[in-house]
Amino acid sequence: MKRKHRRLMVVLTSLGLLGAAAALVLTAVEDSLVFFYTPSDLAERPTPPESLFRLGGLVEEGSVRKDGATTHFNVTDLQKTIPASFTGVLPDLFRPGQGVVAEGTLNPDGSFTATEVLAKHDETYMPKEVADALRESGQWRDESVAQ
Amino acid sequence: MIAEIGQFVLILALVLAGVQATLPLWGAARGHNALMVLADRTAIGQAVALLIAFAALTHGFVTSDFSLTVVFQNSHSLKPMLYKVSGVWGNHEGSMLLWVLVLALFSAAVALFGRNLPPSLKARVLAVQAMIGVGFLAFIIFTSNPFARLSPAPLDGTGLNPLLQDPGLAFHPPLLYLGYVGFSMAFSFAVAALIEGRVDAAWARWVRPWTLAAWTFLTAGIALGSWWAYYELGWGGWWFWDPVENASFMPWLFGTALLHSAIVVEKRDALKSWTILLAILTFSMSLLGTFLVRSGVLTSVHAFATDPERGIFILAILALTIGIALTLFAIRAPGMKGGGLFAPVSREGALIFNNMLLTIAAGTVLLGTLYPLILEAFSGGTAKVSVGPPFFNATFVPIMVPLVIMMSIGPLLAWKRGTLRTAAHKLIPAAIATILAIGATFILVPEGPGLAPFAMGLAAWLAAGTLAEWAGRIKLFAIPVPESWRRLKGLPRAASGMTLAHLGLAIMIVGITGSSAWRTELITTLVPGESANGAGHTVTLSEISQGRGPNYNYERATLLITDNGREITTLTTERRFFPIAGQTTTEAGIYTTILSDLYGVIGERGRTPDTSDAWTVRFFVNPLVPWIWLGAMVMVFGGSLSLTDRRHRVGAPRRAAATDSTSQPSPVAAE
Repeated sequence: MKRKHRRLMVVLTSLGLLGAAAALVLTAVEDSLVFFYTPSDLAERPTPPESLFRLGGLVEEGSVRKDGATTHFNVTDLQKTIPASFTGVLPDLFRPGQGVVAEGTLNPDGSFTATEVLAKHDETYMPKEVADALRESGQWRDESVAQ
Repeated sequence: MIAEIGQFVLILALVLAGVQATLPLWGAARGHNALMVLADRTAIGQAVALLIAFAALTHGFVTSDFSLTVVFQNSHSLKPMLYKVSGVWGNHEGSMLLWVLVLALFSAAVALFGRNLPPSLKARVLAVQAMIGVGFLAFIIFTSNPFARLSPAPLDGTGLNPLLQDPGLAFHPPLLYLGYVGFSMAFSFAVAALIEGRVDAAWARWVRPWTLAAWTFLTAGIALGSWWAYYELGWGGWWFWDPVENASFMPWLFGTALLHSAIVVEKRDALKSWTILLAILTFSMSLLGTFLVRSGVLTSVHAFATDPERGIFILAILALTIGIALTLFAIRAPGMKGGGLFAPVSREGALIFNNMLLTIAAGTVLLGTLYPLILEAFSGGTAKVSVGPPFFNATFVPIMVPLVIMMSIGPLLAWKRGTLRTAAHKLIPAAIATILAIGATFILVPEGPGLAPFAMGLAAWLAAGTLAEWAGRIKLFAIPVPESWRRLKGLPRAASGMTLAHLGLAIMIVGITGSSAWRTELITTLVPGESANGAGHTVTLSEISQGRGPNYNYERATLLITDNGREITTLTTERRFFPIAGQTTTEAGIYTTILSDLYGVIGERGRTPDTSDAWTVRFFVNPLVPWIWLGAMVMVFGGSLSLTDRRHRVGAPRRAAATDSTSQPSPVAAE
């Protein structure tokens, strides 16, 4: 086999594999992108999102209520508020007044059912999306979370 | 005072690195021996300086010197000693110091043990190492000084993040960095070879042990981190496709590809420019990982202490390093002609296939990790997305399937020209094992996803194929057993290392399949003494107690696990509250058998409608999870065994003369 043939073969195989990988990526990206919304984003949207998404904001003080293994709480960006619920063990950093990012779906009645509440490592850490969202709504005080 | 010494030696290390990055290059170009040998001394000097700096910072942590800002922010006088020490690298400044220390230690290792390297190559390798060192030392001194003082000194510190106070995580960063930064050696050798304009089998022989060592450390580091996430985060999962996990996984994938392509350069004198490119890409991934972790541009569970200024600095180092290396590659690579010709069906062909699949797999991981950034940039910051596990499962896993199938076939093909027929003949037992494994899984575990039995079949294929290759090498059953035993003892350790590493992956696939296909879960609320049924077991909350640890208070639950009235075990799980950090952590109770983990955690105390105290209890049956760690251990052992192969020991025979030879400016030319 000549060097030229070998190179052609390698190029063709890798192009084929790349094509297959690209096809995989394109089909997967469709279904697995999870968008991030704040309660205000949801209020502005003409139609509520049907698929899984992430809801971020602060856990409203005084809104946390336990019902068996299910916890009800309100997610707020201090402009709009969405009632949410989660069944299971909440991450250790879940606390009233703290930032939260929950993944789940919106119910027809406008409440949110979380399938996962994301844990963050640091108690001074504010999820980046939440910080950006609060900054946009003018509620962010950078010095309040400065290390 | 000691901190000031640390500060001083840190600056000294920067100066030494500056010298090492320039003069030896010039010396190598002009053939000045003295300037080339200078690199050895500056490399050792740099390592000593950084060891002193690291010791100074450790001293600050151990003696709880809260006049140092990092100690104040990350330590506390009540913290156990192990975590005072691990706190040194449990923060941004200290971990970057560890980063450059590891870099300098690798350089010093080349200076000390690379005696059979051609002097010009050695000088250039050390110069490239020093360039990376200059970048990161400047980064530390100008943006993240670990020796910054606080005045007046606070009375006590704010404590290390409690989640990091764990033995598993104490050793995770050093191992990870030994892997991450270890790939800088492959990078420096690649760039040095580009400057020299020469890549040959000898070059590959020098590169391989460093790549192998880095790969082994990285494998151990990733596995340790994954194990930590499994028992400490309390979700019962062990891999989340989190950006920071991906950041360590991408260099691993590229590094694995590099490990295999370097074999082709060494044995067959082919794939040279590709191997050089891989070496550059692998270390670029390490740098990208450092950037992602340290800049906090991506939302991650690991993203603590983030700072845009630092992010931009690392991004600049990243861009410069990759830019210069790739430009050099573009200029020099076309001149490198590969030697050995080979047929598509051959060991070389199989290794090329391996490389294609590994790099494409790494590419999809890279795309998934960076996609949120790309989309945010293109949408002007309005579209915020995250790419979760479904994406990676749908792209990465299908790419891995042909790779694993090939892993059994490739080693059975001959170099240059192999025949599928011979390989197929040797793989008949593996095919039988595969069918048996698929059938047995269907019958034993009929529930669960339909693909799970095939994944088990894949693991069986890989394990049996690898064993078939091993049996072929020692001619098991073809010749008398004592004869085979003699052949086994004479087997090169690198070959045994490969067998073990491939077997380790097969074991790991079993664990991954088991834990993702057949995991069962029970979430309930229990008052003490109450039981609940689920996940095939009865869980009884038998006792709740409170107590006090060294720097935390805990609430401890004892869970009695029974199966049809037969007691299996009691799990002890804790919620620990750290008053200094104001933070709670969970300690899972885990009962491990060879077939599964029983995994229990308690949540917060709540109240039942009749106002008695109740606790949320989460109980998982995680089938085969221990196989994941077992597989990783076998892989690490395989890598270590391969490292001890005679052929991989660079300059080992002359190690005894290491100390005095640095003063002799007459290195022996290799070969």
